[in-house]
Amino acid sequence: MKTAPSFLNRRDMLALAVVAALLLIVFPALLDGFRLNLVGKYLTYAFVAVGLVLCWGYGGILSLGQGVFFALGGYGMAMYLKLEASSVENTKIQSTPGIPDFMDWNQITELPYFWQPFHSLPLTILLIILVPAFFAFVIGSAMFKRRVSGVYFAIITQAIAAIATILIIGQQGYTGGVNGITDLRTLHGWDIRTDSAKFILYFVNVVLLLSVVGLALFVRASKLGRILVAMREKEDRVRFSGYSVANFQIFVFCLAGVFAALGGAMFTLQVGFMSPSLVGIVPSIEMVIFTAVGGRMSLFGAIYGTLAVNFAKTSLSESFPELWLLGLGGLFIAVVLAFPNGLAGIWNDYVQPPIDRALKLRPKHQGDDVAKQAASTAPAE
Amino acid sequence: MLGDYSLGDLGAIFAMQGFAGLILFSVYVLMALGLAIIFGQMGVINMAHGEFMILGAYVTYFCSEFFQAQLPSLFPAYFFVAMALAFVASGALGMLVEWTLIKRLYKRPLDTLLATWGLSLILQQTYRSVFGPREVGVVLPDWLLGSLPVTDVIEVPINGVFVMCLTTLITVTVALLMYKSRWGQQVRAVVQNRVMAGAVGIDTEKVDRLTFGLGCGIAGVAGSAFTMIGSTGPTSGQLYIVDTFLIVVFGGATSLLGTIASAFSISQTQSTLEFFLSGSMAKVITLLTVVAILMLRPQGLFTLKVRR
Repeated sequence: MKTAPSFLNRRDMLALAVVAALLLIVFPALLDGFRLNLVGKYLTYAFVAVGLVLCWGYGGILSLGQGVFFALGGYGMAMYLKLEASSVENTKIQSTPGIPDFMDWNQITELPYFWQPFHSLPLTILLIILVPAFFAFVIGSAMFKRRVSGVYFAIITQAIAAIATILIIGQQGYTGGVNGITDLRTLHGWDIRTDSAKFILYFVNVVLLLSVVGLALFVRASKLGRILVAMREKEDRVRFSGYSVANFQIFVFCLAGVFAALGGAMFTLQVGFMSPSLVGIVPSIEMVIFTAVGGRMSLFGAIYGTLAVNFAKTSLSESFPELWLLGLGGLFIAVVLAFPNGLAGIWNDYVQPPIDRALKLRPKHQGDDVAKQAASTAPAE
Repeated sequence: MLGDYSLGDLGAIFAMQGFAGLILFSVYVLMALGLAIIFGQMGVINMAHGEFMILGAYVTYFCSEFFQAQLPSLFPAYFFVAMALAFVASGALGMLVEWTLIKRLYKRPLDTLLATWGLSLILQQTYRSVFGPREVGVVLPDWLLGSLPVTDVIEVPINGVFVMCLTTLITVTVALLMYKSRWGQQVRAVVQNRVMAGAVGIDTEKVDRLTFGLGCGIAGVAGSAFTMIGSTGPTSGQLYIVDTFLIVVFGGATSLLGTIASAFSISQTQSTLEFFLSGSMAKVITLLTVVAILMLRPQGLFTLKVRR
């Protein structure tokens, strides 16, 4: 154990190893290229779900606008790829060569200034991280400094998601409108549409996701993580103890926003387009339900929850399109009423104890007593 | 952008857009009133509010079809029957939902959001399966069609006037019910302190159920009025839920007067801007302004001072 970083206990390491083995070995071995790409797409939502676990599960801040951050990352990446695909020789049939095709269709003759930085890949990656962080900082500092919390925060972030969708659809010439940014081809000269590129991108995605989970585990185990839990339980007491509650909330909201943006960027790379259908109210709430199904207190649960809901969605909507919405709605209600801690709650209550006994692990860990406590306050079925 | 119009034209434009804004205002008030009761008074985030509204709209549609086919002589009056039925249908569904779902979640307001979102998905799919995915529109009786000329350039549509009268009537009724009746007193007592209200002998469960039912019933009437302005589809309710919540929050969630004031300012801003900008930009600017004001003044326009 001496080699392990101090923020990982044996149980977290085991969980991380299981997830890594599943995503890096089992899925690539069992699934064909198309399905693997689909899993990769689902995993990009898991970035958002992991951010929501920190933000909602630990911080108690329910954001219904995570789709906006997902879009900031996704559109950032898409703008870079689109500019690369719209080189002068590729677009010489347009009336203004060298600008994206949808701008040409909308009679725009010059690349807008906010598209300019996306000519450069390093700048694009920097902006994918900085823009959502800045945006989250502005929203967060406006709201948390004035002690807006809970329900009001949820509704205002939802309104922001609605505004972002209307804006993207309305400003067709600058954003590609309702179709989004499509027909993306190469990343720095590397064709992302081939099967081998998709295979490699899947692994890049998984490694990035695991690093994000690692970072989240680190945050959770740090003093910051403890303060987040304390804030969720009794905000006033933390404030009276001399902590600046707002600053912690802003930090965790920014972190969740950046995670979501990374997911969005990976989405664009793997799926090959970005559109407003991933921004608005519905996708943002769906991301919350992934988190809720996985267990709002569990970072690993977020990944499993995302995968489970999306697998169910794909298979149900392929065979019974009518049933899907009913099933999703029922799932929302069932999770809220019967399993407030989601899959992770079921796992902790029924599966983990026998394993612990078998492996002779002591279940006591600072991260776990929180989950235990939450589980014990859950209503009995 | 104002240079192309003469002063008289501008006056007429503002009057017409102002009136269009008043119709929008009436519908907003009807939608927001129900939510102000459910969200503002009870603290339940009802994301399925739009679906209750759409239920009222469907009831109105079927009433119009029924009267046309079976009772053509009474057709001019069908709208009143439809509104009463819409109130009863949405209210009954609301009470059922309160009894099965909301009752268990009063202590977890954020979870009501998720559960009622699930409910709204289920209702949408049910509407789609039962009523079909196509949008439907009602046939208005003759006396609601046409418009009243006010001056030679300004005309006001009759159905708009009707919606405004209806809104005024319902708002006054709700205000009397909440602030003058014994039941309203009980509702406000439960809102302010559930435990103490129970301790002094108020049946809080019954009050909760009736309050939720009333809020949903008003949503049904709003849906009924809404059929005069737009068509009804399974997902129409979703389009209005964000606006409605913003109105209630902007007005200060606990204040009915605030709800009306915020519905007025939002609808007037939007309809005036709509004339000069595209519809989507008008909406974006209106919503952004509201969000910006809420960030500066999170408690909304009007607040009730309650010691918590």
